[in-house]
Amino acid sequence: MSDLEAFRSETRAWLEENCPATMRSGVGESLTSGEGDICWGGRKFQFKSEDQKLWLERMGSRGWTVPTWPTEYGGGGLSKDEAKILQEELRRIKAKPALVSFGIWMLGPALLKFGTHEQKLEHLPKIARGEIRWCQGYSEPNAGSDLASLATKAEDKGDHYIVNGQKVWTSYADQADWIFCLVRTNPDDKHNGISFVLFDMESEGVSTKPIQLISGYSPFCETFFDNVTVSKTNLVGEENKGWTIAKYLLTHERTGISDMGMPAPLNSLAVEKLGTIDGELEDKMLRHQIAEHEIDAASFVFTMERAKDEAKAGGDMGAFSSMLKGYGTEINKARHELIVKVNGSDAFEWEGQFSNNGEIARSWLRTKANSIEGGTTEVQLNIIAKRILDLPA
Amino acid sequence: MAMILNEEQQLLKESAEGFFNEKAPISQLRQLRDDKDETGYSKELWTEMSEMGFAGLLVDEDHGGTGFGVMGAGIVAEAMGRTLSASPYFASSIVGASLIKMAGNDTQKSTLLPAIAAGETIVTLAVDETSTHNPERTSVKATSAEGGYVLNGMKTFVPEGHVADQIIVLARTSGDAGDANGLSLFLVDRRAAGVIADRTVMSDSRNWAKITLEGVKVSAENLLGEEGAAMKALGPVLDKANIILASELLGIAQECLDRTVAYLQERKQFGVLIGSFQGLQHRAAQLFSEIEVTRSAVMKAQQMAEMGGDVSWFASLAKAKASKTAELATNEAIQMHGGIGMTDEFDIGFFIKRARVAQTLYGGFNYHADRFARTSGY
Repeated sequence: MSDLEAFRSETRAWLEENCPATMRSGVGESLTSGEGDICWGGRKFQFKSEDQKLWLERMGSRGWTVPTWPTEYGGGGLSKDEAKILQEELRRIKAKPALVSFGIWMLGPALLKFGTHEQKLEHLPKIARGEIRWCQGYSEPNAGSDLASLATKAEDKGDHYIVNGQKVWTSYADQADWIFCLVRTNPDDKHNGISFVLFDMESEGVSTKPIQLISGYSPFCETFFDNVTVSKTNLVGEENKGWTIAKYLLTHERTGISDMGMPAPLNSLAVEKLGTIDGELEDKMLRHQIAEHEIDAASFVFTMERAKDEAKAGGDMGAFSSMLKGYGTEINKARHELIVKVNGSDAFEWEGQFSNNGEIARSWLRTKANSIEGGTTEVQLNIIAKRILDLPA
Repeated sequence: MAMILNEEQQLLKESAEGFFNEKAPISQLRQLRDDKDETGYSKELWTEMSEMGFAGLLVDEDHGGTGFGVMGAGIVAEAMGRTLSASPYFASSIVGASLIKMAGNDTQKSTLLPAIAAGETIVTLAVDETSTHNPERTSVKATSAEGGYVLNGMKTFVPEGHVADQIIVLARTSGDAGDANGLSLFLVDRRAAGVIADRTVMSDSRNWAKITLEGVKVSAENLLGEEGAAMKALGPVLDKANIILASELLGIAQECLDRTVAYLQERKQFGVLIGSFQGLQHRAAQLFSEIEVTRSAVMKAQQMAEMGGDVSWFASLAKAKASKTAELATNEAIQMHGGIGMTDEFDIGFFIKRARVAQTLYGGFNYHADRFARTSGY
């Protein structure tokens, strides 16, 4: 038996023993809305069940929430091939993710690349075990798509900074324990005057206010900093060089957003809801629209696969992630428009059993943000035009 | 199978692109068109292509081919899409060779496949009878006669029809138009009595013909595959053909984007380079995205075809997506080139004229989107 085969059978046996039965029903639609029974971890997190807590503890203790991170930082220390096997085995038993978090998707990769050994030791294991939940302090009221014009100020006080300003669209700021935050350390240089700092959301002077959205959910907050003290040990990378980290991290975010996973085919949903005559959906126009969409969606899934294979072979993803983000989010929006069409009037029930308490409408509305958050579709097109097609400024 | 080219495929791609750039740029097609060339392709080029092994990519080594498979054939077709090189490659090396491989008996294989791979014999398929692709609706009749069959009827949209040596004709041996059963394939010598091949001039300046069959006698040995069961072989071959057409359409789309981007980088209006206008940047970036996504669909279909099995879902997906993207790319290329894009003197217009023909052959977007839906169960 090869090492990988041995790894597979050990993994399978371990999962069989350790993944609670109630954690084996897969991911629902709720992943798109960010609500539902997802485990986000953190000090304030209320587990939905004992099994959910147990599942996180077991996976976290093995570092399998972040399988490829080094073991000294709480990761699983797995090779890419082993991580792939783990993922396949998890999928095989339809395991729910033990933990999802911005710490895993975004901060972790950035710290691994730019953080000091001490910073990695301090923060990464807590991310891996789901003990600390992170939020991202990027956007400001006047720095959305033009992120680099941010104004939140960090004054140099020797061994620490004093931070003042306001962030907006801070996802789950009200539930997060710590924030990774872009602050201005030099007012005279737009891109080379930004630093990347970390601090506890319970620090004095931090306050948050949820923003109610068209979907009825409030995943985003306004976040205010009033004379917040941040130790310089929590500066990641060099002072005034935070933009490099921000860009690196956005690449991860973009790849993450475009890779929200391909949901069940729309056609089975439509067949179930509307039925067929002679094997074809009766609504010819809808059938046409679904076919056109599914062709694009499947082609996009193959593109994700190709991008992963190219990255594995050592290719540089670079600005390609902008293409994936832009295309993927537009596909997701189009898909939800079709879900709404398939469900007819049921789709708009804000409360009620046919709509799973408004889940269809809320998810549909939630997707409208896909092409705004993480850089608008237009920003992605600008990046493709300039960095890939080399069009003049 | 990883979604990247292996070393061998990468080399094939480079040598094909280099070859067509040098030996068959668009100026060659333009020349053939302007000269109203009788043959419609350069025999010299076809000989060189055969020497390069391109004519035998789908023919196995035992029969004198290179056995490179569908991915290799697609890579070469994409390169041809970029320079719009005209040759019997598609009709003979892809469709003709695949059908004989799929349905032929040992004698048919051992006589025809080596000749196709060497570029000495051109074999084509005559399937459609109306302006819309629909093999099941075939009504050309093949009636049994002593020791063979007699064919009557008309075929249209036959690639290389007036220069092919052998025409594989789809004809009805039983049943009525619309039945998938009762169809048979026949190898018909173009020079046989009763075969009238009329060349039709089409927008892409390639070779197309209408084939009229007036009491054409063929012997029983000319039956290709089982009588009445043509679709068993024809279905998978048309899938393969559509994957190769999708590869060519991808090449066309990519070339249109590259030429358009180059134009945006040099053309000035209002005193600045037009490539600095966001309106045009976004259109170009969107086209780039569509082409990348199309590339994945085409590559996936090529790989699945290489692995064997039923690939109708993948083939229809790739052809539909590539048709849509080629339509977008050629339209956008002309729009972004502005007035000069409308002139015959400028090459960009050649792409739209070829793309629509390649899109239409063996079913366009609607045909394949419908087939994709049916294959998906709705």
